[in-house]
Amino acid sequence: MAEYTPTEMMTIAAARALKSSDVCFVGIGMPSAACNLARLTHAPDITLIYESGTIGTKPNVLPLSIGDGELCDTALTTVTVPEMFRYWLQGGRITVGFLGGAQIDKFANLNTTVVGPYDKPKVRLPGGGGAPEIATSCGEVFITMSQSKRGFVEKIDFFTSLGHGTGGDSREKLGVKTKGPTKLITDLCVFEPDAATKEMTVTSIHPGVTREQIDGNTGWKVKYAAQVAETPAPTARELEVLRELHARTRRAHGEAA
Amino acid sequence: MPQVLSLAAAVEATVRDGDTVAMEGFTHLIPHAAGHEVTRQRRKDLTLIRMTPDLIYDQLIGMGCAKHLVFSWGGNPGVGSLHRFRDAYENGWPHKLTIEEHSHAAMANAYEAGAAGLPFAAFRGYIGADLPKVNPNIKSIVCPYTGEKLATVPAIRPDVAVIHAQKADRAGNVLLEGIVGVQKHAVLAAKRSLVTVEEVVDDLGPRSPNAVVLPAWTVTAIACVPGGAHPSYAHGYYKRDNAYYKAWDAIARDRDGFLAWMKTNVLEAGPEAFAKYARQHAAAAE
Repeated sequence: MAEYTPTEMMTIAAARALKSSDVCFVGIGMPSAACNLARLTHAPDITLIYESGTIGTKPNVLPLSIGDGELCDTALTTVTVPEMFRYWLQGGRITVGFLGGAQIDKFANLNTTVVGPYDKPKVRLPGGGGAPEIATSCGEVFITMSQSKRGFVEKIDFFTSLGHGTGGDSREKLGVKTKGPTKLITDLCVFEPDAATKEMTVTSIHPGVTREQIDGNTGWKVKYAAQVAETPAPTARELEVLRELHARTRRAHGEAA
Repeated sequence: MPQVLSLAAAVEATVRDGDTVAMEGFTHLIPHAAGHEVTRQRRKDLTLIRMTPDLIYDQLIGMGCAKHLVFSWGGNPGVGSLHRFRDAYENGWPHKLTIEEHSHAAMANAYEAGAAGLPFAAFRGYIGADLPKVNPNIKSIVCPYTGEKLATVPAIRPDVAVIHAQKADRAGNVLLEGIVGVQKHAVLAAKRSLVTVEEVVDDLGPRSPNAVVLPAWTVTAIACVPGGAHPSYAHGYYKRDNAYYKAWDAIARDRDGFLAWMKTNVLEAGPEAFAKYARQHAAAAE
């Protein structure tokens, strides 16, 4: 079996969750790699949308920023930022949104705003950007994050974007009609919300990872589904396409490949 | 009709101490040369508005030009923190900076409301989020037709909008292409506007009838600064200098290193310093 890193496993697991029929609101970094890997492997007709206004973009290399020229050059069309947020996101035309964050809780609420109190932060993070509305306007949300006790916490310091709130029917009570986070894909495993409580529950563990590792890198007591699958290891083709994509990207950004 | 001025004269004519200033450009066409000129002219007490503060505001904040920042995402895209912004906000260096924080959707809507001459924008947003608890400008309204509760934010109406565009013609009409962001909205929402361009031409040339054009009578001043968006980019002219964004992280991390860099590259330089990026990358962009 081919050797691979935990980050590659995470990216590939996220890519597999996408379908050709999806219209996907892509974020920079890991989501961008996962979405383009999906497009270059099993989901060639997937529509990728970046919040800079590019619709149906097919970048040959991964963008460093959300608005690299590559995205516009390869897009079907490019719209203004107000149009992007009003007609396409708020208008309900996106099936999947990708999010990540500095902190997440067991209901997949995310913090990318501050560590510590808002007015006197220990760390001032970049902020929400598109996340608050991506979290509620996309049909469903996939979250990718590397697992650690620092990031996976019992209580997040700031609700930048809504996940499943306090669990159960939290979203419905707030008048939100979309599904919210349906997958939390980490470098160790995949969580999905429990049907009733909406607590993120481990449904698949990546090859070679133990429950002790998952528990040891999570700040709350992890729940496991009755049936926990083993995530299929990356295939040779998935690894090859992902690595070529990263190599092209490094060359394009002026780094040694 | 706008006057085509030197960059120094254009900034003098449009940006005043204490102004509310929106320098826009969503990753693309960021008016870096104009930002440098505002720093050289030592404008102070500015309220800076921008969806993605980016390097351009990290520089203005670090040089003490700003007292207040209105924004929705304050980072170096794909790289990390804006160190000067964080130092100002967390430690008050070089002086205290206050903030008003929104989401992208809120700011995009607020610019559109500003351009439309409306007092506020209504949208479906901030549901279950904490920002409304810490930003008193985020309120809500009940739809009079459906009863749905919607978020509201005040329209953005800057004293001056500053943008960079590909070209202007000699009459002062401005053409933007590529990722056009919120620039048209920002200019139409503002009392005054300054547009820097890659080139001033006799005729804007072949374009779609739906191209983004700001008619001359909507623009206050124009300055021709080839390369003026660098390290951002100008679609069709030069590419984004991604290596520069990565290098900025180390430059901005340390106060003395930042000040030394600004002295050499901004205070003791002029708009002509940007020309080398226009030429150098024009070939690479082919």
